[in-house]
Amino acid sequence: MDFSFLFNNFIELTITGLALGAIYGLVALGYTMVYGVLQLINFAHSEVFMFGTFAVAWVMVFIHGTGQVDQSLWTSIGLLGICLVAAMGTSALIALLLERVAYRPLIKKGAPKLIILISAIGASFSLAEFMGLRDKVAAWFGLEDNLSDYVNQARNTYSSPITVDPHGLFTVVNYRVTDVDLFVIGAAVLMMAGLDTFVRRTRLGRGIRSVAQDPESAALMGVNSTAVIRATFLIGGLMAGVAATLYMIRIGTTRQDAGFLLGVKAFTAAVLGGIGNLRGALLGGLVLGVAQNWGSAVFGSQWQDVVAFVLLVVILLVRPTGILGESLGKARA
Amino acid sequence: MMVGGIVLAYALPIIRPPLITTTGSDFGGVMLTCASFSLVAVGLNIVVGYAGLLDLGYVGFYAVGAYPTGVLTSEHWHWPFLLALPCAIAVTMVTGVILGAPTLRVRGDYLAIVTLGFGEIIRIVTLNTGWLGAAQGIADIPPPPSLGPNPIGTDQDGLFQIPHLAWSGLVPSIDNLHKTPFLVFDVLDAIPYYWLLLTVLLIVLFADFLVKESRVGRAWEATREDEDAAELMGVPTFRYKLLAFALGAAIGGLAGSMLAAGQAGYINPLSFLILLSMLFLAAVIIGGAGNRWGAVFGGFLVAYLPERFRGLSDWRLLIFGVTLMVVVYFRPQGLLPPRRTRRAIQAREEIEQLEGEAVDV
Repeated sequence: MDFSFLFNNFIELTITGLALGAIYGLVALGYTMVYGVLQLINFAHSEVFMFGTFAVAWVMVFIHGTGQVDQSLWTSIGLLGICLVAAMGTSALIALLLERVAYRPLIKKGAPKLIILISAIGASFSLAEFMGLRDKVAAWFGLEDNLSDYVNQARNTYSSPITVDPHGLFTVVNYRVTDVDLFVIGAAVLMMAGLDTFVRRTRLGRGIRSVAQDPESAALMGVNSTAVIRATFLIGGLMAGVAATLYMIRIGTTRQDAGFLLGVKAFTAAVLGGIGNLRGALLGGLVLGVAQNWGSAVFGSQWQDVVAFVLLVVILLVRPTGILGESLGKARA
Repeated sequence: MMVGGIVLAYALPIIRPPLITTTGSDFGGVMLTCASFSLVAVGLNIVVGYAGLLDLGYVGFYAVGAYPTGVLTSEHWHWPFLLALPCAIAVTMVTGVILGAPTLRVRGDYLAIVTLGFGEIIRIVTLNTGWLGAAQGIADIPPPPSLGPNPIGTDQDGLFQIPHLAWSGLVPSIDNLHKTPFLVFDVLDAIPYYWLLLTVLLIVLFADFLVKESRVGRAWEATREDEDAAELMGVPTFRYKLLAFALGAAIGGLAGSMLAAGQAGYINPLSFLILLSMLFLAAVIIGGAGNRWGAVFGGFLVAYLPERFRGLSDWRLLIFGVTLMVVVYFRPQGLLPPRRTRRAIQAREEIEQLEGEAVDV
């Protein structure tokens, strides 16, 4: 155990932890909203995120080519904007597809929750494997040569051609806070604030809250629950798309199984903040990201996941409903 | 019929029936994996099917059973397997209680993520602890003791040898080139391990039957169906949930211990990926949660299908995922649902029929 490292790099660890946590928080929304509305663990949401990261990388390769370059955030901002749109679109599409194929038929049948979870696990496997076999899928259509930039070595790490170089902006104690850090945290907070307002102020948001509170009464009051559920998945997908873009800016590489571990973390963040609670998702993400960074400074980076899960268990013991409690249905959601 | 089924199960890797026999990999080894999955599924069925607790980190108990076995018999001490096995089971049971005591009090859905975390933690601990062999894992774990003269090393005779059957088309003949020595455990032949595991599975199934039909089983059922009502009727639900957790863990540990002292005699952190937990859960649910024979069948299917379709090599996991979705769509209650679930479905259909008639009038 080495506490001096933690204290000497306290600011750096905290800020990078917040940036990572912001991404967790955005992905956590997809878990927390679906749980709030359906009381289901949206297990396949990790794949929604994973498809978003690939959308980012592919759009970059398509526009920019495969040549590896280092660029600052501001010179690549236009391209990143296009990537963001692509990622949000792709993730939302996958989320809607999931809802249509893996969830809705079973919900209609009134299947038990556990069964729907298994269906989601099946969908998650299928989507991840599909991405891992994209070279073979392309070969079916005889396109493996035309698409080789996109499907080569499908099971290996796929890197975005543009590495976003962080630039230091100002110094806090001994760490120069970079534009990438601030951009990632700022974008996540902005998206959260927008979503929060949307759920509180709009008609559809009220519909989501009412279904979360009591699906039967909501249906009796004329809320179209199928549309609400679809909207919930759509929003979760859009947020996962934003998270995927931020992830590619910070990390820059992805894989067909990149979603799984991040998804587990994001779900942990959702539970930590109070599942069903939108603000809780962001808070949970930030707490998790920071705690994980501090923990890896003290115990070594190989233990960071252990720190994250132990923190979860401890918080659940003290506050069994998460830090902010469960409340998508309540007005303060 | 049951006796026939059991005899058939023992004889299957010797008979090697066409179509069922896997071509890409050693059939005895595949059957061993199937039996191992079935055993794990029976254990998880106690937690998920009987007590209704969602456990996504069951592979953690599998690992907690395997590692003490490895440490006691090979890595640090040289205990005989039969002494290490009860220790491993005891360690897993205690782990189950330690994990369950705080977490079983929180809401049911949170149990999923806590157990998932547990499974991951166990894997990371084994990966990063030098004392447990770290990434290299533990090798040379001795197999269970063999019976008969000339055990391992010399010419493995065993008590007697059983020839396999060979098939040309549908005509069987005795294949004297391939023989399985009776109860000699070495790396060459998986079939004795399979027989041992099948025997263990049958014993566990019998114990499972006794527990399920007792007061404990009824308490689990009541807790699963309505926890508050059960508590009001005087069932100490927390204690019974903890018992289910501990028993499930013990069976997982038993299976893990058998894996460690198995044909390869080798375990490493990669043997306990969190993905396995999902497969175990899928086995229980597909088989029909709450029915022990369903769990056995589900475990068999989940282990067997990917091996049988090895020809589709790369595609098998994709196909497996789609199969999961299709199966739960057409049989939401599982392939072999417990009698109780079947009755409930039948009752609901009858009610729907009556209501439908009422509307027509």
